[in-house]
Amino acid sequence: MKNWLATCLVGAFALALPGAALAQKTKVTVYTALENDQLGPFKASIEKAVPEAEVVWVRDSTGVITARFLAEKDNPRADMVMGLAASSLLMFEKAGLLEAYKPAGADALKPVFRDGSEPYTWTGMDAYLGVVCFNTAEAKGVPVPTSWKDLLNPALKGKIVMPHPASSGTGYLMVAGWLQSMGEAEGWKFMDGLHENIAAYLHSGSAPCVQAARGERTVGLALDMRGASEKSKGAPIEVVIPKEGVGWEMEASAIVKGSKNLNLAKKVADWSTTKEANELYSKTYAIVAAPGIENKPANYPANAEAGMIKNDLAWMADNRDRVLAEWSKRYESKAAPKN
Amino acid sequence: MSHAATPLTMTNATVKLSPPRLSERHVAGVLILALCAVLILIIALPLWALLSKSLEDTQGRFVGLANFVSYATTPTLLSSLTNSLLVASVTTGIVLPLAFLYAYALRRSCIPGRGLFYAAAMVPVFAPSLLSGLALIYIFGNQGLLKSWMMGASLYGPVGIIAAEALYSFPHAVLILVTALGLSDGRLREAAEAMGTTRWRIFHTITLPGARYGVISAAFVVFTLVITDFGIPKVIGGQFSVLATDAYRQVVGQQNFPMGAVVGIILLVPAVLAFFVDRAVQRRQSAMLSARAVPYAPRPDKRRDLTLLGFVSLTALAIVGPYGIAIWGSFVKYWPYNLSLTLNNYDFAAVDPEGWSTYGNSLLLASLTAVIGTALIFTGAYLIEKLKLFPRLRAFAQFLAMLPMAVPGLVLGLGYVFFFNAGWNPLNALYGTLTILVINTIAHFYTVGHITALTSLKQIDSEFESVSASLKVPFWSTFRRVTAPICLPAILDIAVYVFVNALTTVSAVIFLYGADTKLASIAIVHMDEAGAIASAAGMASVIMLTAIAVKLAHVGLDRLVFGRLQRWRQR
Repeated sequence: MKNWLATCLVGAFALALPGAALAQKTKVTVYTALENDQLGPFKASIEKAVPEAEVVWVRDSTGVITARFLAEKDNPRADMVMGLAASSLLMFEKAGLLEAYKPAGADALKPVFRDGSEPYTWTGMDAYLGVVCFNTAEAKGVPVPTSWKDLLNPALKGKIVMPHPASSGTGYLMVAGWLQSMGEAEGWKFMDGLHENIAAYLHSGSAPCVQAARGERTVGLALDMRGASEKSKGAPIEVVIPKEGVGWEMEASAIVKGSKNLNLAKKVADWSTTKEANELYSKTYAIVAAPGIENKPANYPANAEAGMIKNDLAWMADNRDRVLAEWSKRYESKAAPKN
Repeated sequence: MSHAATPLTMTNATVKLSPPRLSERHVAGVLILALCAVLILIIALPLWALLSKSLEDTQGRFVGLANFVSYATTPTLLSSLTNSLLVASVTTGIVLPLAFLYAYALRRSCIPGRGLFYAAAMVPVFAPSLLSGLALIYIFGNQGLLKSWMMGASLYGPVGIIAAEALYSFPHAVLILVTALGLSDGRLREAAEAMGTTRWRIFHTITLPGARYGVISAAFVVFTLVITDFGIPKVIGGQFSVLATDAYRQVVGQQNFPMGAVVGIILLVPAVLAFFVDRAVQRRQSAMLSARAVPYAPRPDKRRDLTLLGFVSLTALAIVGPYGIAIWGSFVKYWPYNLSLTLNNYDFAAVDPEGWSTYGNSLLLASLTAVIGTALIFTGAYLIEKLKLFPRLRAFAQFLAMLPMAVPGLVLGLGYVFFFNAGWNPLNALYGTLTILVINTIAHFYTVGHITALTSLKQIDSEFESVSASLKVPFWSTFRRVTAPICLPAILDIAVYVFVNALTTVSAVIFLYGADTKLASIAIVHMDEAGAIASAAGMASVIMLTAIAVKLAHVGLDRLVFGRLQRWRQR
């Protein structure tokens, strides 16, 4: 009890007096949705580039971190956000929660990974795609799909799972991808058909692929990286990029307005555009912001970058409420499928 | 925290004020006020911080009831509402009779191994809820071992939700009912038996009415637990949407706090109902344990004991079995395609940078919560139940104590963010520390502990207080020397309950943990999300085994020490 109190007191002092005599390093609190195994290498690389900083992560899934950040907006606790969906950052930007800063190396990045609007607040890191995980061991004669239309095969009735677009960013990027690449009318028609085969809309962007990998379902529409990693672990699945192209989203970083360590945060933001940083991104993501860096993980579909549709992130942000309302009207007011 | 100050207040008051009879009223007033203040601080204000958002739009402008109107006109509402009510009532209907019979067997029969069976019933409380979900998927999922038992029905939907919720809520009902059936006056039964009353008549004229308060409490606890839980519907609910997943979707999926608050308010209705029913029942419940009471000691009865033993064994097996399989799953390389065994899944550092340190955080949180929480909960229940002064204040405190049960963890957690992180709040230094996690966990699990304490206190005749009063013994002496020792088993039950829940809780603390205070239960969710399902099952098993070890220590202690302390009750 006493020890615990002492820890609290010391902690309170450390918080109250940043850079006090004891601490040589300043804590930079970063809210992130990066994968767990990325955190260690990222921290090491940042602290090597910015020796006076000590990175402290608060990591959770995109939805939880976004909700938490917005809930804390009157008294922000984070210095930076990193590895969070660009759609979340667009939302923060709109709410005026981000500090305007353009990192030193930003101009060298692929244009789509740069904040297109003034003032410049966020910088893209890497992109992720919504793919098809297809379990060949449970397929029962259904051929591996090559087109989205192949998923309308009646033999797959009740065997497909995908993320719920209102719960999961991955779900929304897929819906937005279909609407943008097929056109609205065609897109909704396709989803009407797909709905007939859907067993459930899950509340997570990776769970559908995990379920497909475990043979709980035959088809899971999910994040590309989860597909590759499940396959590497020994799941009998194919990770498919349908020929019409797939929707995608990017991870981005930004400085939080009101950060008490603004100078350090700027240095970390500068780091995020370097070659070293992008090489780290490319260990888990096939497509990164800096041109010329390529490091496909094992079992990652070869045609992924070519399969990325022309995606308008601003369109995705502006139309989100409308698309979700329409989606809910079409597929939630119906009785739940029998499965 | 302010609780720690209350013993001080008491001694000060005794020292300063004399004669003691006069000070008693003051002390009581101060204590009840302090209790109300604590409950307001840890329950009412954080809740208000979130729920008041239901009247605002996402930009924070006042919009009146517009959010409620737009929610009511959304086609999903009605189906979520009826789904929630259906699942909660069916689960209550299944769990209550089973739990009653189970508790009855433990308290009113002579079957062997009662302590062990009690512990077996508690297993679901010991396990992080994700493990229950995983266990059911391992068994009844589309690739499950016993898939054929589902007869073509799918686990993912109402069937799975009800099964998992029944598993999850069973121990809570047993906890309350065991306490309710534990204290009773044996003389009444003996008289009935001596007059040749039939067993059935004894059951429905003596046993059932005596336990009525417990039964009604248990029903409401199960109902509200089920209706507010979102972990299980999220994992195996499939397409079947309920109110709690609606709240999750609004808050985590769309960051729409006002709508989340609207669903949170709808979810509060059962708790408010529970409060008023509780008051109504309370008025009619007389104390079961008068000062002259003799506890009922069941005599062996072969036929009854064998039947009950069979029932209890089967139920215990149905409860424990799934978790055994989940533990086995944590050693499996890749379910279901490579079933060879490995220890690699327990190298948590490979899948979570914090590794095993989250486990240490969880233990610290659980210990602090158990010690501070139990002291607060039991003293609070005593003040509410046994002091006859300030009835309005006590009713208010009772209402606050019943509230957390009905609040989804998600709502409570966000409320804590809004309230404790606010710039104007002097307590905002606590934010992100272990202290806030302790406070939040106490608040989150307040109600069941409170009901357990009340059930146990209600069965002690108020004559003890009257006699003390006429002997000019102040109530705190009665509390210390009579009431607390009699209730020691219940106090320990509460401590263990709070401890294990602190180990397994996720939904509220996920918004509150800081960089250095990540908990094992949260690490489990992260590992599951990262696809490291076996590691998630592994950490969950470690947590579960820790909780079971604590429970076994509790059973041992109960037998060796309290067995002796309670011996005075026997003739």
